[in-house]
Amino acid sequence: MQATLEDFLRALRAVDLRISPAEAIDAHRAAAAVGYGDREMFRDALCVTLAKSADDVDRFETCFDTFFSRSEFTGATADDSGHGDDATDEPTSNGAPSLTQMLLQGDAAGLALAMEASAARARAGEIQLNAQRSLITRRILDGMGLREVEARIGQLRDSADAGDAALAERLADQRRALFVEAGRFVERQARLHTAETARRLRESLLARQALTAVKPHDFRAMEALVRRMARRLASKYARKVRHARRGRLDVRKTVARAMPHGGIPFDIVWKSQTVHKPKIAVLCDVSRSVAAAAQFLLLFLYSLNEVVERLDAYAFSDRAVCVNDLLKDETVDDAITLIIDRVGFRPTDYGVALADFEDLQGARLDRRTTVIVLGDGRSNFADPRFDLMRRINEQSRAVIWLNPEPETYWGQGDSRMDAYQRFCTVAKTCNTLNQLERIIEDVLRTYLPR
Amino acid sequence: MTLAPAPAATDPLASVESIISGLAGAGYIASRRIATALFMATHLQKPMLVEGTAGVGKTELALCAARMLGLPLIRLQCYEGLDESKALYEWKYGKQLLYTQILKDQVGAQLAGAADMASAMERLDGVGEAFFSERFLEPRPLLKALREPGGAVLLIDEIDKSDEAFEAFLLEILSAFQVSIPEIGVIEAITPPIVFLTSNNVRDLGDALKRRCLHLHIPLPERSLEERIVASRVPDIEQTLRSELVGFVQGLRALDLRKLPSISETVDWARALVLLHAHALDGQLVRDTLNVLLKFEQDIAAVEPRIGELLAHASHA
Repeated sequence: MQATLEDFLRALRAVDLRISPAEAIDAHRAAAAVGYGDREMFRDALCVTLAKSADDVDRFETCFDTFFSRSEFTGATADDSGHGDDATDEPTSNGAPSLTQMLLQGDAAGLALAMEASAARARAGEIQLNAQRSLITRRILDGMGLREVEARIGQLRDSADAGDAALAERLADQRRALFVEAGRFVERQARLHTAETARRLRESLLARQALTAVKPHDFRAMEALVRRMARRLASKYARKVRHARRGRLDVRKTVARAMPHGGIPFDIVWKSQTVHKPKIAVLCDVSRSVAAAAQFLLLFLYSLNEVVERLDAYAFSDRAVCVNDLLKDETVDDAITLIIDRVGFRPTDYGVALADFEDLQGARLDRRTTVIVLGDGRSNFADPRFDLMRRINEQSRAVIWLNPEPETYWGQGDSRMDAYQRFCTVAKTCNTLNQLERIIEDVLRTYLPR
Repeated sequence: MTLAPAPAATDPLASVESIISGLAGAGYIASRRIATALFMATHLQKPMLVEGTAGVGKTELALCAARMLGLPLIRLQCYEGLDESKALYEWKYGKQLLYTQILKDQVGAQLAGAADMASAMERLDGVGEAFFSERFLEPRPLLKALREPGGAVLLIDEIDKSDEAFEAFLLEILSAFQVSIPEIGVIEAITPPIVFLTSNNVRDLGDALKRRCLHLHIPLPERSLEERIVASRVPDIEQTLRSELVGFVQGLRALDLRKLPSISETVDWARALVLLHAHALDGQLVRDTLNVLLKFEQDIAAVEPRIGELLAHASHA
């Protein structure tokens, strides 16, 4: 049973449950404490030891049910004709019945056991990709002694005796059934062990996928990915802020506080260094070409609310409007639809948008605010208002311009990106989640004391 | 609510079934998973991290477990800025100061015979030890729980509200049931306490902490379980009303509300209805008492027009 439990732990790891060796030991102790008799209790006991969040519990239960389910052998039916088996079959050297015997006798339990054993030898539990399925199936069957059965079928078919031919057909039928069973068995293993590999593969592709080209059916996965990235950053920076707050001994205050105690320093005061949480103002172009990227940027920033003190979001295609309330009250996809309804699909005018931004946000810009602009910088040949861009740059801590277009396009056609770039602390191409994450991390890092 | 005393003859921790009945005796209707978790926690001697939305009975579980086992409950409420001096121990500075003042003459006499500085220091060292002994130690909840001779139930409530630093500091207690006090040394638990930690998921807890704990997530209950809970908590409620009101609350949970009513709200509502001498639910009664169940203006506004529909559904189900 210990080996089975280890296998189960490996299956759990495959569905992304983090199980350390210490937890594996706990699982064994838990199993020893409750025993294997009561399935429900066994499951609950493992669940409380191994699953560490509500999400984990769901995954644990699915995995448990898949792992500890064994389908009956349906193909192997008992042989009621009583066709002279004893004469045709020779027992294997170790006394266990051979595969041929089991097939002819319809020994379902024996077949199931043999398959488990052979699967363990073929290491079916280590299956990684769906493509390995047929190979592993073959290995399991070979391990069970299929070659011998096939030789036997050939031999019986060659024989002139009619009874032998019938036996050969029956054996061939049973062999086919065995194939189906083995296929099903491997598929269950694959479901257990490959689901997560496939998901991870897909996510790493999504993280590199151009934001403007994300298909609607990937939105949900993308959203989950964005939230996870943001959570990772948030926890990383939340910790650093606290660490940086530790200061040195404040001698003056300590001495002052010690006065009432006759100079004995009971209260020790530390110099503390206040670390300001970032304030971020975002200005997002939501015209057709950039809207998708804007959605993920906003989602990312809103998922960071733990470490960001204040976030002001503006959307524009010509006039810029504040969209804080929308993002606060609606779910992100609803909010984006509403925003696009409100301001999207008009010819982009960066000059007007910057003027609006300056009106609405200008007074709140200070040395703690980072301005993030997301847009392609294509202003339809309208006045780009570089003067406003300069002022925004002077008033804020940093201006970061994220452009979904590659740098070679900047300044071509109606793009004024080459000129805007001069008023930005950083101007970068940003068209994948990976790039987005890296840039936001850079922003957060600048707020830490050196 | 009347409390049945824990049956002393049989050990309520012997099996999962005895835990379920023991908890029921203490006023807590536990699902099998909850009972199994408590069984594992006591048998593996591991703390238990209980998660779930507000009002689902996390704190109550600890209270009832203490009642069932007849152990004292020691509670530590966490909040931002909670530190060792409030959770573990503090030196009684005032008393130390007072004693030094009063004992000044004694100390002077002690040192009178000293030949030189070095020997005076030597003697003073011995005196100094006396001032940092358990006599001057003010135990806070964690230390109290460790020093309880017959064991205790330690409830660390809302651990997610505390800082990460505090979480790290808890690790020693949770894994080894001991604390290190620099001036005195390591204090070990006389009997390891049964530890409950509760969390509302305000923030993600650290992996190190999670690893040391058993994890129990209490979901909102199914209908039959909730009916039993209401029956246990509000015994004088009529059966038809009970089943109607639980059905109504279950219907509410299917809606898209800002704060779904949890068990404590159901129980409060049942109590309110009993006080109003209600025998059955009707639209007006529900409308008048909806504020017991829903805590946000928007939620109440969203539910009011649908009361009739929900009521019909509740009595059918």
